[in-house]
Order: sequence, then C-alpha cells, then structure tokens
Amino acid sequence: MSTLRQRFLTARYNIFPDHVFGEILAKRWADNAIPFLTLLFVGVGLLFILPGFYTGYNLTEYGRQYAELGLIVLGMTIVMMGGGLDLSVGSIFAIANLVALYCVHVLSLDPILTLLITMGAGAACGAVNGFFIGIIGMRAFLTTLVTLIIYRSIVDLLLLEYALDISSVFPDSELWEYIGDGDTYGIPFVLVATAIVFIVGHLLISRMKPGWHLTAVGGSRRSAYNAGIKVKQTIFFSYVTCGILCSAAGFMYAARMASTGAETGKGLELTILTAAVLGGVSLGGGRGSVPKAIFGSLIVLLLLNGLLQFGIQGGAIQLIFGIILLLTILIDVRWVKNRFRLLNKVYVSPTYFKLPAPASIEAKSDSAYAVNDKLKDVSVIGLGKVEGPEDVILDDDDNLYAGSRHGDIVRFYGKNHEKMEVFAHVGGHPLGLAWDKDYNLVACIPDMGVISISQDRKVSKITDETNRSLTSVIDDRRLSLADDLDIAPDGRIFFSEATIRYRLKDWPMDCVESRGNGRIICYDPKTNKTKTIIRNLKFANGVCVTKDCQSILFAETFGMKVSRYWFEGPKKGTTEVIMDNIPGYPDNINRASDGNYWLALVGMRGPALDLALTLPDFRKRMSRRINTSNWLFPNINTGCVIKITEHGEVLESLWDLKARNHPMVTSMKEHKGHLYLGGIQNNRIGKYKIPDANKNWSGFQDYWGGK
Amino acid sequence: MFKLRNQELIILIVTVVIFAGFSVFLDKFFSTGNLLTLMRSVSILGILSIAMAVVVISKGIDLSLIATLAVGTALASVLSSADVLPSIDLPFIYAVILGFIFTAILCAMTGILVAYWDMASVFVTLAMAGVIYGLGRTLFIRDELNYLPEDAAWLEYLGRGQLFGVPMPIICFLMLAIIMHLLLTKTTFGKFVYSIGDSGLAARTAGVPVRPILVMIFILAGTVAYFAGLLTAGAISSINTRMVAGSMIYDVLLVVVVGGIGLSGGKGGMHNVILGTLLIGTLLNGMVIMDISFIVQNLIKGIILLLAIMTDTLLNPRDEQTTQQGDI
Repeated sequence: MSTLRQRFLTARYNIFPDHVFGEILAKRWADNAIPFLTLLFVGVGLLFILPGFYTGYNLTEYGRQYAELGLIVLGMTIVMMGGGLDLSVGSIFAIANLVALYCVHVLSLDPILTLLITMGAGAACGAVNGFFIGIIGMRAFLTTLVTLIIYRSIVDLLLLEYALDISSVFPDSELWEYIGDGDTYGIPFVLVATAIVFIVGHLLISRMKPGWHLTAVGGSRRSAYNAGIKVKQTIFFSYVTCGILCSAAGFMYAARMASTGAETGKGLELTILTAAVLGGVSLGGGRGSVPKAIFGSLIVLLLLNGLLQFGIQGGAIQLIFGIILLLTILIDVRWVKNRFRLLNKVYVSPTYFKLPAPASIEAKSDSAYAVNDKLKDVSVIGLGKVEGPEDVILDDDDNLYAGSRHGDIVRFYGKNHEKMEVFAHVGGHPLGLAWDKDYNLVACIPDMGVISISQDRKVSKITDETNRSLTSVIDDRRLSLADDLDIAPDGRIFFSEATIRYRLKDWPMDCVESRGNGRIICYDPKTNKTKTIIRNLKFANGVCVTKDCQSILFAETFGMKVSRYWFEGPKKGTTEVIMDNIPGYPDNINRASDGNYWLALVGMRGPALDLALTLPDFRKRMSRRINTSNWLFPNINTGCVIKITEHGEVLESLWDLKARNHPMVTSMKEHKGHLYLGGIQNNRIGKYKIPDANKNWSGFQDYWGGK
Repeated sequence: MFKLRNQELIILIVTVVIFAGFSVFLDKFFSTGNLLTLMRSVSILGILSIAMAVVVISKGIDLSLIATLAVGTALASVLSSADVLPSIDLPFIYAVILGFIFTAILCAMTGILVAYWDMASVFVTLAMAGVIYGLGRTLFIRDELNYLPEDAAWLEYLGRGQLFGVPMPIICFLMLAIIMHLLLTKTTFGKFVYSIGDSGLAARTAGVPVRPILVMIFILAGTVAYFAGLLTAGAISSINTRMVAGSMIYDVLLVVVVGGIGLSGGKGGMHNVILGTLLIGTLLNGMVIMDISFIVQNLIKGIILLLAIMTDTLLNPRDEQTTQQGDI
C-alpha cells in the first residue's frame, strides 16, 4: 500500500523525466537553443507586425542580401573561433567591391577571373591582419580597428581615381548579370553559392583538422601550443579565410549593385559582430560553428530589414543595434560563465526509492550476516605496489592479475606473489576481469569498453559501443562505465555498465540519483554485435554466469539486490530477483568451489541514507545548494564477503571489523583453496585461506575445463 | 620629476627631430602664430588622451569618448538654447550641469557593464558609443550642428581666450594633466588604478575594491571627455555631433599608444600623454601645412598607429598565462 505522499513523490520524481533537462543542457547543440529561439521570435514577430514582410519580391531581395551577409558573418565566426576578431571586414568588403567593379567594368575581364583576383585582394588584406595578429601577436581588436581605417583610406583613394571610369561603362557579360540577379530554380544564384560555402565550411570546421585546430587554439592557446598545433599559422590562416570570404561577398555585391558609393561597407563591422555574437559565437574564442553563423546572420538580416520597413533610421538604428550588441554580449558572457554551474545544479535528478529496514548484522543475532572477524588475518600481496585493484584473477600457474589505476594490468608471480610486473598497458583503469576459453584476459574498462589481452600481451578492443536507444537523450551507444563481465560457454560476453549518466569518479552520485541508469549488455562474437539486454538498473555491477550455464547473476549496487537473468533454457529472456533489500551495497559476484557464489558487499547501508532515498526533494536541494564534498553519500564503511546460493540464500559472511589488513572489498576470486580480495581504493590485494575448500579448484578449469 | 624610460626618450628624440625637420623644410611651420595654433589644436586631443590614458592604465579602453564628448556637449547647448525650452530659459551653466549628469550616468553604465558584468571594455564602449549617440540624437538633439547660447561667453573665453598670451585650452590641458598626475601618483585611488592595470585579480585578492574603482575610472574619463567637448564648443561656439563618426578616436589612441602607455595596463603616466600629444600634434600640423589630403592623412595615421601598436606589442608582450578569456 502506498500513501498519497509516496504516490505523489513517485509521479513527480520517478515518472516525470527530470533528468532530461540536465542531459539536454549537457548536449553541445543546447548551445544553439538561445540563438534559435531568438530567430524564431524575431521571424514570427515580423510576420505578425509587418504583414507583407515575407512576400515573394522581398524574399528574393533578402536572399541576395543574405548571401553576402552570411559569407562575412562566416568569416567573422572563423576568426572569432580562433580567439580573434576582425573589424576590418567592412573595408575589405569595400575593397573587393571596387576591385571586382574595376576588373569587370574597366578591364572587361571574365567574371571567373575577376572572382579570383577579388579573392586574391581579400586574401592579401586578410594576410596583413593575420601577420600582425597571428605572427607578431598584436591585439586583434585594435589591429583590425586600424587596418579598418587603412583599408578604408585605400578605398577612398582608389575611388577618387577610378569611380568615374567604373560608372561610365556598362559591362557586357551574361555571367556577370546572372551572378547579380540570376536565379537557379527560382532561388537566387548567390544564395545557392553561399549555401555550398556553408556546407563545405561546416564540414571543414566540425569534421576536419583545420576546424579542430582552430577551435583548440581559440579554446586554449597554451594547451593547443603544447599539443603541437601550429598556433601562429592557424590564426594567420583564419584571417586569410575571413578576408577571402569578405571579398567573395564584395564580389556578389558588386555584381548586384554596381555601386561606387563611398559608403559601401561602412559600419558593417558592428552589424557583423552583432550577428556573430547573436548566433552564439563567443568573444574570446573556442566556441562557434556554421549553424551559429547562419542563425546570427538571419536574425540580423530580419532585424535590419524589419527596422528599415518600420521607417526607423540613423541614430535610432545605431541605438537599437548598440543595445542589442550589449545585451547579446551580456548573455554570451553570462551563459558561457554559468552554463556548467547551471548544468551541475540541474544534472543530478533524484528519484523516490524506499526499502524496508535491512536484515540485522548484529554479532549476537542468528542472521547469516552476523558480523565476525574472519578476514582479520588475511595476508597482504603487493602492498603499495598496486593502486585500485577493483578485480583480481588467477591463472592455472597461480599468477595473480589485477587492474591498476595507472592504466595497467599488473601480474604478481613467484611462490607468494612477491614479484610484480606490468602485464599489459591498457590505458584505462581496468575493473572486471575474466578468462575466455583461449586464455585471453578480458577486461571491462570505463570510458573504453571491453578489451582483450592475449597471452602474448597483445591488447585488442572487443567492443566499445552498443545499440542506441531511441528515447535516450544521452548518446547511450558509447560504453561509459563498463564494470564487470563474465563469459558464457558459447563465447558470449555478458557485461554490466554501471551508469550511463556519470563517469567513474562520480559513481556515488548515481546513488544520490537512484534512477537506474545502468544496464546489462551482451557481446556475441559470432555476429560481432553488441546489444543491450536489460536497462534501468541501479548501478549494475557484478556479473557471473551460473554453473548451469543458462543464466547470469547480476548485482545492482544501489538497488541493493541481486537478480538472475536466463539467456538459455526454458526461462530464456526472463529476469528474476533472487536477493532483495541486502543490508549492504553488492559488488562483484564470482563462483565458489562448492557450487555457490561469492558476493562482495562494498559498504553497509546506513539509516540516514536509507531515509534520504525516500526524500528526493531533500536530495535535490542538497545537490543544488551544498558543495559536492558535503553530500550525503553511500557509506563505504565496512565491507564483507558473503556466500550465496544461486537462489539468493545467504550461507555465510566473512568480515574484517577493524579493516586493518584489507580495508575495502569490491571483488573476490577463489583459487586453490584461497580467496583473493580486491578493492577499488586499496593499495594491496588480500589473500584469505578458506577452511575446508577444494584445494584443486581453479576458476579457469571450472569455466573451461583443463588447459 | 619624471624618469624617462628608453622608449620615452626615443619618442622625445623623434618629436624633436620631426619638429626640427618641419621647422627647416616647411617655411610656415616655425612661427609663433603656427605654434600657438598647433598647441591649441592639440590641447583638445591632449585632454581626450588624458581621459583615455586613465582607462588604458587600468587595462581597459574607452572607444565611446568622442560620443560622450559630442552628445554631452550638444545636449548642454540644446537644453539652454532659446528655441528648445523657451518657457524655462535655462541658464547655460545649469545646462552644463545637466549635461554632466547625463554623461556621468551613461559612463557609470559603461563602468557597471565592464566591472560588474565582466564584459570586455572594448565591446562595451564600442556598443555604448552607438547607444550614447543614438540616445542623444533620438531623444534630445534634433540637428547635427548646435550653437552655444549667448550666456556661454565664459566658455568661449575658455575655448579661445588667452591668459598672459597663452591660449586657454593649453592652460586647461596642462592644469588637467597636473591634476591627473597628482591623482594618479599621490592618492590611494591612483595606486589602485595602477594595481588594477597590473593585475585585476591580484588587486582584488589584495583587497582593492576593483569594481567600484573601475566604475569611477569610466566616470572620470567621461567627465574629462565632456570637458574637452565644452572646450571644443567654446572654441568655435558650436558643436557638431557628426564628429562621432569621424576618426578622432584613432588620434586619441595614437597619442596614448605612441606616447608609451602600454595597452597591457599598469604602465605610463601623464608625461607619456604630453609626449604623445606633442609628437602627434606636430605630425598633424605638419601634414596640414604640407596640404596632404584628408584621406592620405588617415592612411599615414593608420600606418603609424599600426607600427606603434606593433612596437608596443614587441616591447610589452602579452602575458599568455594571465590573459583572460575574451581579452582581445
């Protein structure tokens, strides 16, 4: 029976998709949300305020204007992504206009040749900017402010000389006219050309080396330099590109207007800058894209034309654009500064999770969990030599393998495992370990997936992605926190992914959330396909194939339960909970020599957190208001190892109350009469002699028979 | 009193060489009349440069100075002119005070945006120039050209009068330079300005009220610019708001950068402003006498400014470690 309050909490926190907000905010494209909404607002607003704003003739006219504006904004975006700024765009535009007109009108050159010459002029102007800013290291703002005057003076000087010549001749070129006012399938030709530039630009910026280098330089110059990127050249070429794009726009303008007015391109820099910042391109670099440039320039185009149709002019337009520029920079600064703070506040989205009081662990009780001190005298292997052996495994020659935080799998050998070597460097912190039938060591590594290490130490990837689910906002195709695995006789690898929402270092946050972000995934070597088979598990952890080889047992650490999933046999495809309401947090599960299973409890539940789990509003407030280090987290206090049957019955428990020899247990493997203990935060491996155990039993033989 | 660094010595020598060169090769240059004209025309530039210098020393920049100058002054003359508010018949001195309040409020806004909202001063002042001009033109100032009222005789004396044969603008410029020098070197405020320019973060850690000081710096700069505007109006009995679109702000930047006040902040003083003003004033005057067209003048000024910024960059390389994001 659930109370009204429980039903309310469940509806509010478990069914209502709180977590989606944070996930959307964490997406890169969320960055474009504000510009896109602004565009929508302006576009729809103009539709209602100015009827007739979007009529056919206007649209063609806007299209032509947009072709030019868009190119220049793209140029500005590229420069800004590299951490610079180009205020001389208007003057370069004017120079290009003049050069194009001179070539076509006076020299009667072919338009294609003219385009090349014009772009050459633009590239030269950009190169001057690039030289001073990129190579010499001058401030972009002031430098381009000065080149703005210099280029403008050159335009004025040339105009004095050639304006009359240009305006007295009418060119006789069909192609030139077509560029000026021709249509391609009803769309202005220049707009099509600009669209092609946008597509190529998008590919270059988002998918290829030049764009990555540019973003890296803009994001952090020093790091980019240290990473070996040629910072100076990158910046230099960003200005050259900007110059070329501006000159292409000037070329289009020349073909469209044939104007030798001295006002051409004057004050354009402010419009362009406003457009870029409105689109979400950050001043200071590292953040920008072609879609941003498109949004920004569209907003400005609509605003400009809207204001003009309203009859607003001169000072008022300056005032409005000044205020818009200030506001957008303001929003940009605040957004960039606070986005991740906001993300941190809304990302954790706790749910309602109620458990009954757990079984007693009192020493005097007759509970199977009753504390004892059996692990007190475990012997210690590799003290101080290994860091973070989450799981351990042994081969038939008694060599002991363990993962290490340094990205290695280490091997202890010798009679008492006193010698150590790095078995293989894998590059991530290995968690679960298992043998396959060819004696390859298979390991789960967070952020990397599942990898295999052969006996001659070759590291190869088995899988690092699974099928994408349609409803997930987070890209759940990538394996983010592969945790433990086991291998069925036919070679299928069943492994757990603890959570898709958090990284390894943030693992306790998944408990604060208790949403069920984990899953069990299966890799089939026959088809080489990886498929998610169970979703929404609360920190899926230990996985173990049962002795009948028809099912797996898996633990949910923050669900405090162990379940059994059948992948073969009559119950194929069904899941059954075999242990529930465990008094601790279950971790890895492995086979014992007597046909039962060892289960590690990494910590014991406490009433405070149990209560907090029923108060999602409280945990939400906690995650918003106080520092992460002060949160109420699951206790990793005292761990233990329990032995369970495949039906979930607890047979015995092994405790170490003082936790002196072996502080933490996340995994254990039985081997020839001993139990080897691993702990993800330990600097040692424990070895416990199991009384009355089969002295010849080894894991590899149990799974795969003799050698 | 001033210890000249190498850079300043070079500027001084260059100034002297150019001055001597002009004196020898331009026959109209070295005459009392021309020198006084030169001094008078550069004193407005000098006063504006004082305003810019304070901002630049604190590692900022103010591109809205000309807009402040023109709109503030035009507002003062409009408010007191007979045909705008005939019923009140505001005395000019009150109009000047109202103009001052207008400028101060807008400059405080600039300062708040820079200091409290963490926006780069280049962008804020670039946008504010448009805002100030647009606000003034749409709300108050109908005409581009605005004449001073009749009761502004005292201002005209300041603008074109003489004291002991020295034009008043020059005296104003020197007085202002001395006051600003004392303010920057002898007061806590001045020390704070330099410490903010050296490293805003360190100043803040050391307990300097960085944000209020930054707002005060912008108000101070705006006020000085407004004063320069009044002098300009006094000299020709009118003020033209068109000068906002002109290239005067580049001349001001030229003076500050050429004078040796590093754009990276925390360096330089009033002697740099005077040096820079002398050099640029001489150059401008020489170019006028040589009858170089306005366009070519702009070209030459642009190239000199570019070279000056380049020298400044090579002499004071930017510190990549402490350069903030968005500091471009």
